[in-house]
Amino acid sequence: MRRLKERIIEAILFLAAASSVFVTVGIVAILVTESLPFFEKVTLKEFLTDTEWTPLFENAHYGILPLLNGTFLTTMIALIVAIPLGTIAAAFLSEYVRPGVREVLKPILEMLAAVPTVVYGYFALLFVTPMLQKVIPSLGGFNTLSAGLVMGVMIIPYVSSLSEDAMRSVPGHLREASFAVGASRMQTAFRVVIPAAFSGITSAYVLGISRAFGETMVVAIAAGMQPNLTLNPTEPAATITAFIVQVSLGDLPHGSIGFRSIYVAGLSLLILTLTFNIFGLWLRKRFQEKE
Amino acid sequence: MESRSELLANIKKRQRMDFLFAFLGLLSLMFALLTLLALIVDLAMTGVPRIDWQFFTSFPSRFPQKAGILSAWVGSFCIMLTTALCAIPLGVAAGVYLEEYAKKNWLSQIIELNIINLAGIPSITYGLMALGLFVYQLKLGTSILTAGLTLGLLVLPIIIVTTREAIRSIPNTIREASYAMGASKWQTIRYHILPYSTGGILTGVIISLSRAIGETAPLITIGALTFIAFLPTAPIEGHFPFVNFKWIMDPFTVMPIQMFNWLSRPQQEFHVNAAATGVVLLVMTLIMNGGAIYLRSRFRKKMKW
Repeated sequence: MRRLKERIIEAILFLAAASSVFVTVGIVAILVTESLPFFEKVTLKEFLTDTEWTPLFENAHYGILPLLNGTFLTTMIALIVAIPLGTIAAAFLSEYVRPGVREVLKPILEMLAAVPTVVYGYFALLFVTPMLQKVIPSLGGFNTLSAGLVMGVMIIPYVSSLSEDAMRSVPGHLREASFAVGASRMQTAFRVVIPAAFSGITSAYVLGISRAFGETMVVAIAAGMQPNLTLNPTEPAATITAFIVQVSLGDLPHGSIGFRSIYVAGLSLLILTLTFNIFGLWLRKRFQEKE
Repeated sequence: MESRSELLANIKKRQRMDFLFAFLGLLSLMFALLTLLALIVDLAMTGVPRIDWQFFTSFPSRFPQKAGILSAWVGSFCIMLTTALCAIPLGVAAGVYLEEYAKKNWLSQIIELNIINLAGIPSITYGLMALGLFVYQLKLGTSILTAGLTLGLLVLPIIIVTTREAIRSIPNTIREASYAMGASKWQTIRYHILPYSTGGILTGVIISLSRAIGETAPLITIGALTFIAFLPTAPIEGHFPFVNFKWIMDPFTVMPIQMFNWLSRPQQEFHVNAAATGVVLLVMTLIMNGGAIYLRSRFRKKMKW
């Protein structure tokens, strides 16, 4: 009797753990099945090479390039902010600051990641853009620059927190050895600690980049939702995620090609993120073996 | 051989570099923290004067001065409740299984890898999945239930990971002592492991709920309305059986969506309302996160095995 009860409980707990796999399967299955009818009407070549994305217009074009362009542009701007600042902040927290001070500073830094993204959208649109307009008068009300910058600040804690954990887990005797041969703190940080912690730092970067790819509200609010094939960050643009929001706010009939296009956009985003995560995992494995 | 003066100059140079780098580090940290401060101050200066009792007890309206967030905060509350009810049991159970039962085989490896991957999937794809599965295939509609399930699945990895960490920190001696008294595996978990890891699990629950309350994109994707001037069905009624669950099938709006809606209008007055909603949201998330940090440090200090 007791045996049976134990078995039943174990089975229930297993199902709960397995449910996370069902979620992944569900996401992939729904995105793929809802996207397939789209490709009966639009060829893959058109999808990948057309330079216009106007699925909601009379004269519809279905080229994903403008959306990819917007996504990469905002991600790049965000990374230019987040990776140097996040890494330097992490090195500073792990190598220079006393543990007591670190225990206070780190949670405050992590608060940056807790702020709702819609609040960051507000900040980008009504604080950062007007401020930037004083420096760049030609800057429009909607632009990828301020969206990217704010997104960058938002992902600093993703980069710095994990990097700092990785740096701190580097054994102390490596540092002592470095100090013993006469290296300064900074030399130790850059030549010993950061290389030793590199696999952990890589996964911090990967997480930061995934966040930037998938971030929605900041770009939907501040970047303007206009598919635009340009590298000029002062112009408005649309990202994959912003497009999904834009369509969801309207009332397209379920099953129409415009409606399908959000699943296609979502599938592209998922493929992009997964490829990137797998690349990150591979990179991490490679660097771990060297230890 | 370097001469003594060259050596001293070299040391001086390094010390300068060291100092410079420390300054740079402080600057990066300050940049991030000052941005956070600017965000909070800017939002508070615009939003706080707008917050009064009327703001919490009014429905959205065409007139910015009369508009309020009643339907939004009620919606946020209902969805948080549904999210918690769906994610906590599932997440804790999954965490217990992976930490206490799972053997090192390919199946548990897949589950583990999958959880890491889930945490990296953009939240908006959860919304698309929910739109296809819950709204159109299971016909749950754009309801509080759909929203709660969507956010529940979204925060599931956070709860699983923190549960595992909390359970892992309990030393094996506790388990051995329990088995020595003749307890079964489940009894050990039920009466020892779970009670001792409550603090850690609670931290994860609070963090995941604070994430859920600010989440906007997946709810817009499932088709949440942006203008709702009524409340969900009351859960308590005057006749038998006195409680009902009709509210979980009602349409909803939440605070972030309300804020987004006001933000996307051109009039300045609505932006003030957006700022006020932002202040409410920010205060809630910061309190929840602060609480989680406090809990974590308290339990870390209290538990000395």
